[in-house]
Amino acid sequence: MPETRLLLKNAEDPALRSLEGYRGYGGYATLEKAYREMEAEEVLKELEDSGLRGRGGAGFSMGKKASFLPRGEMEKYLCCNADESEPGAFKDRELMQRNPHQLIEGIAIAALAADARHAFIFIRGEYDLQGDILDAAVAEAYEAGYLGKNILGSRRDLDLVVHRGAGAYICGEETALLDALEGKRGNPRLKPPFPAVQGLYGGPTLINNVETLSNVPHIIAHGAEWFKGFGTEQSPGTKVVSVSGCVRRPGNYEVELGIPTRELIYDLAGGPLEGREVKAFYPGGSSAPVLTAEEGLDLPYSFEAMADAGSMLGSGSIIVADDSVSIPHMALRTARFYHHESCGKCTPCREGTNWTVKMLERVVRGEATPMDLDIVASVQENIIGHCLCVLGDSMAMPVGAMVRKFRGEFEEAIAAAEEASRIAAVQGAPETLGAST
Amino acid sequence: MSHLPVDPAVSEGRVPDRKPEEVPELHEVDCPPEMQERIEELMSRYPDRRSASIPALWEVQRRYGWCTAEGIRQAAAVMRVTPAYLESIASFYDLLHTEPVATHKVAVCTNISCWMRGGDELLDAFRAAAEGEDVYVTGFECLGACDIAPMASIDERYFGPLETADAATAVEQLAAGQEVLPEKALERRPLPGGADA
Ligand SMILES: Cc1cc2nc3c(=O)[nH]c(=O)nc-3n(C[C@H](O)[C@H](O)[C@H](O)COP(=O)(O)O)c2cc1C
Ligand code: SF4
Ligand code: FES
Repeated sequence: MPETRLLLKNAEDPALRSLEGYRGYGGYATLEKAYREMEAEEVLKELEDSGLRGRGGAGFSMGKKASFLPRGEMEKYLCCNADESEPGAFKDRELMQRNPHQLIEGIAIAALAADARHAFIFIRGEYDLQGDILDAAVAEAYEAGYLGKNILGSRRDLDLVVHRGAGAYICGEETALLDALEGKRGNPRLKPPFPAVQGLYGGPTLINNVETLSNVPHIIAHGAEWFKGFGTEQSPGTKVVSVSGCVRRPGNYEVELGIPTRELIYDLAGGPLEGREVKAFYPGGSSAPVLTAEEGLDLPYSFEAMADAGSMLGSGSIIVADDSVSIPHMALRTARFYHHESCGKCTPCREGTNWTVKMLERVVRGEATPMDLDIVASVQENIIGHCLCVLGDSMAMPVGAMVRKFRGEFEEAIAAAEEASRIAAVQGAPETLGAST
Repeated sequence: MSHLPVDPAVSEGRVPDRKPEEVPELHEVDCPPEMQERIEELMSRYPDRRSASIPALWEVQRRYGWCTAEGIRQAAAVMRVTPAYLESIASFYDLLHTEPVATHKVAVCTNISCWMRGGDELLDAFRAAAEGEDVYVTGFECLGACDIAPMASIDERYFGPLETADAATAVEQLAAGQEVLPEKALERRPLPGGADA
């Protein structure tokens, strides 16, 4: 099964990064068509009809979200979410690095549909190379008259600013992103009001992921019907899938949504390393409940199939664990990440992530009892649905799933660590199994 | 309000002995002109000047190596905000340093995919190699490059997949002012699936 490249087409050509190279492949023709010949309503309708779903995590219809923005004279904004900080996700990095103009063209066309005159790309500060590439591309696009005042004589203006974050996963959450962009600490806001109604500087704001916006020129160029020819009915289009962990050829592969997950992991990413077997995987980044190999490998890789299986497609990032990986340790890594990144604004997340890390540390040190596993599980249940933003759930769902599905392995880990520390104590050797740092 | 009788039990010793912090004046802070110009240009990009607070702190860090108290006061004077405001921003974000750090910065990812492929050992190797060198090494959460696990960000550029032996090489190259691990740079890596079919 080969890849189906729409967004990554020609991405191996380094010239694609420049405006000239991009135009050589037909780039910006769609922006010209949209700004010269199309009404905002037409663009919006095409996006809605295409069924394009957000690629940043929640999978909400992009066109529908854009249609929620009120019409009228007030200032409206567009924010491209390029924070990409969820463990396992690295597709936006590839798209920005190899094809920055595709994203700029998508932003300009989406801004037309949303009637926004100010647009921002919020890129994580660690992506310094990609930030530099975007800065250069944005400057070229201004120079060519695709951004700025009176674009192509359409009497429409659009300013685009590349805004670099400074290292905080929570800024990927859309309302925290808005606060960070307003120059504050990136804490999530209470919703409603939703950003579409009251977002940046209090104005209606459309927030979309890099990959979502990179799809826009293709949809407007070829039409919604063409786009729906790819993927499944409920998950139209292609997806750039980041595959990593215990596979031979980790990387980004663009495929039609709905192909068997097995093909992604085995045919494209090369399957497990020599002599190993796939044990489990996160189908949609570290926030997605892990699936065992038996549960997950033969599922179609689509939003609906992953949701039906009790997990999610999320950002479309597969992390593969083989039979050498300790699930309790993997749970601990996962929990530590969310604990570190919790902004501390609400109690279930701040305390729940802290407790979960402590309990899992006891598990891997052999200080826990099997009953403690019930407590870990119940802490997760008490976090889900009780937090201000989804970060709390993002830990509770995968950790909860690991404890539930691999209970035996957790119990064995406790027993083994207990045994090891008993022997160590007898021999007077220093304890080496502590996982806390 | 001031002529109302005040119960001394409530007020004594509780009157703040400092005035609330004020926005410093430009002439008090001696801000380098290029930095002032740059921050003003950054502010002009946004509908609200405060949006430039992270970019302004990046400027401070670029100039002084970290967010020094003096640098923060200078940026605050240009932005017309209190230094405490900018300090609260700087302390929120992992990449803004509120304490001195070495000239070169290495962040080694120890998150899930890198951990599976030896990220912890790589971090240990970098720590050992950087002993006594002008290199700051830290473990880091997922850097968005799990395809090159285990990986590190070295002076803001990505490298991987790395072997533990690469750590000593990289530190030597940094110290000698040479290009770091050219064949392991993310930028030079092809797509895993090759050119279009
Ligand atoms: C803690 C947290 C982190 C998130 N990080 C990102 C991110 O890095 N990139 C992203 O596009 N969406 C992220 N999201 C999802 C955004 O809140 C939002 O749903 C998304 O940007 C909308 O774009 P889309 O509809 O195009 O997917 C995150 C959500 C949460 C709760
Ligand atoms: S869920 Fe966590 S990250 Fe989100 S607002 Fe609450 S404390 Fe902050
Ligand atoms: S886990 Fe190391 S870069 Fe993602």
